[in-house]
Amino acid sequence: MSMATPQTAVWHHRTPKTRLAMWAGWLACVALFVWCWEMMTERTIWAFVYDAPVAANDLLGRAFPPKWDYIERLLWPLWDTMNIATLGTLLGIVLAVPLAFLAASNTTPSRHILRPAALFLIVASRSINSLIWALLLVSILGPGILAGIIAIGLRSVGFIGKLLYEAIEETDIRQIEAVTATGASQAQILNYGIVPQVLPTFFGISVFRWDINIRESAILGLVGAGGIGLQLQASMSVLAWNQVSLILLVILGTVVVSEWVSAKVRHAII
Amino acid sequence: MLKIDGLGKTYKAGDKALSDVSFEIPKGQVLGLIGPSGAGKSTLIRCINRLVQPTTGKVWLNDLNITGLRTGELRRARRQIGMIFQEYALVERLTVMENVLSGRLGYVGFWRSFLRKFPAADIANAYRLLDRVGLMQHADKRADALSGGQRQRVGIARALSQNPELLLVDEPTASLDPKTSRQIMRLIVEICRERGLPAIINIHDVVLAQQFSDRIIGLQAGRVVFDGPPSELSEDALTLIYGAEDWTAMRKGADEDAAAEAEERAEAQKMMGAL
Repeated sequence: MSMATPQTAVWHHRTPKTRLAMWAGWLACVALFVWCWEMMTERTIWAFVYDAPVAANDLLGRAFPPKWDYIERLLWPLWDTMNIATLGTLLGIVLAVPLAFLAASNTTPSRHILRPAALFLIVASRSINSLIWALLLVSILGPGILAGIIAIGLRSVGFIGKLLYEAIEETDIRQIEAVTATGASQAQILNYGIVPQVLPTFFGISVFRWDINIRESAILGLVGAGGIGLQLQASMSVLAWNQVSLILLVILGTVVVSEWVSAKVRHAII
Repeated sequence: MLKIDGLGKTYKAGDKALSDVSFEIPKGQVLGLIGPSGAGKSTLIRCINRLVQPTTGKVWLNDLNITGLRTGELRRARRQIGMIFQEYALVERLTVMENVLSGRLGYVGFWRSFLRKFPAADIANAYRLLDRVGLMQHADKRADALSGGQRQRVGIARALSQNPELLLVDEPTASLDPKTSRQIMRLIVEICRERGLPAIINIHDVVLAQQFSDRIIGLQAGRVVFDGPPSELSEDALTLIYGAEDWTAMRKGADEDAAAEAEERAEAQKMMGAL
């Protein structure tokens, strides 16, 4: 073949080989979807599905209107829920901040021992859902708010720790170098060079996690760890659907408010 | 007085950044360090206060061998060496005053610095320096609210607040316009004269280097290939440092820049007069 001149050269985004591979990939996806669909229809009890509109109608009929005067019994558990979320977040922050500094590759005092250990703790905390943490803690500490707070705290450690150590690793090295060049000690470099750079991210992460924790602590009561979830559990077990609907509305309202607060705070800092 | 003796640096990847660099700087001398990108200018400056660890050779500041110091001693030595950076390297989210006072970190304990309770003398000196660089009214602004030239002035005040015996200046004008570059260079050199402070100014603008320094050292691939007064920096010397290029045209270009700048200023004055 002769050399392509600038006028005749043809450009393709992908080589023929990549195009063939992509086509085969799409074919495999379609085949997998068809196979899954077959399996799903085979194992569904269709009698229940045909019945669904009637069942849903029946449930909604029992749930509405919500039992408004039940709100008196919800205010105190709601307060508990918010306390679980807030105190749990604070506990998470207290544990996560030192872990983040140990885990960040530019601030860790020991790259081969403490850093992997801190990273492991962060991953471990993240890999267990707060509901599972609560289940474990209720069986250790007994039911109540304390188990809820600690469950939320332990789950938050991983979230805050991970995002914070990533922020620490992304700090501008030149600012740190400049503080180092003045003869500052390690602690002073941390305080003057690194902390100012990660502070906005830190507040953003903390408020975001608090917002998530409000949602999570609302269901912790299902396993006995206090808060409004206890009421939800009780109402569901006696099939008081008009109470359940009120509880869900209250949770929705709280989440909307907490989301608004967290958005406002983050906007103010960043 | 600074004495550099057989300094060499080989990076882990095997790149030889510096080899066998030796020179002395007497008190009060302003040294312009020129050379192409990658010649080792930044590495040389950073080896002096050991932000980069030299592989071979020694650095003497007065009677102190900086290359031999351990962590605590090195911190005390760094207090005596002020550094001004390319693109300012201010802590952006701290105020101008906090940035200037951070030059005192080597002298105060952690808790004092944490609580921002610096000694009254340090604060008075910081205000004096801010006044000297013309930023008195900006003391409580955040560093990222200032313009480029203003930020570099804060960088100068921070370095001076250390009360240094040597100034290391790394590409101070790299991100500034030509006029601000001149002002910043003039300010640095004036301050060095006032205090009899020796300085190494690492700069890629040959015309600025010639205009403002007492002595020029040219680096090429980590070696000193020129060492002499600015007047001796001939075209042959520049070719030795940078490789072949039309140096007369470049100098003419710089003259034209200066002429245009002067004309612009005259024009502006005329307009002000008309108003």
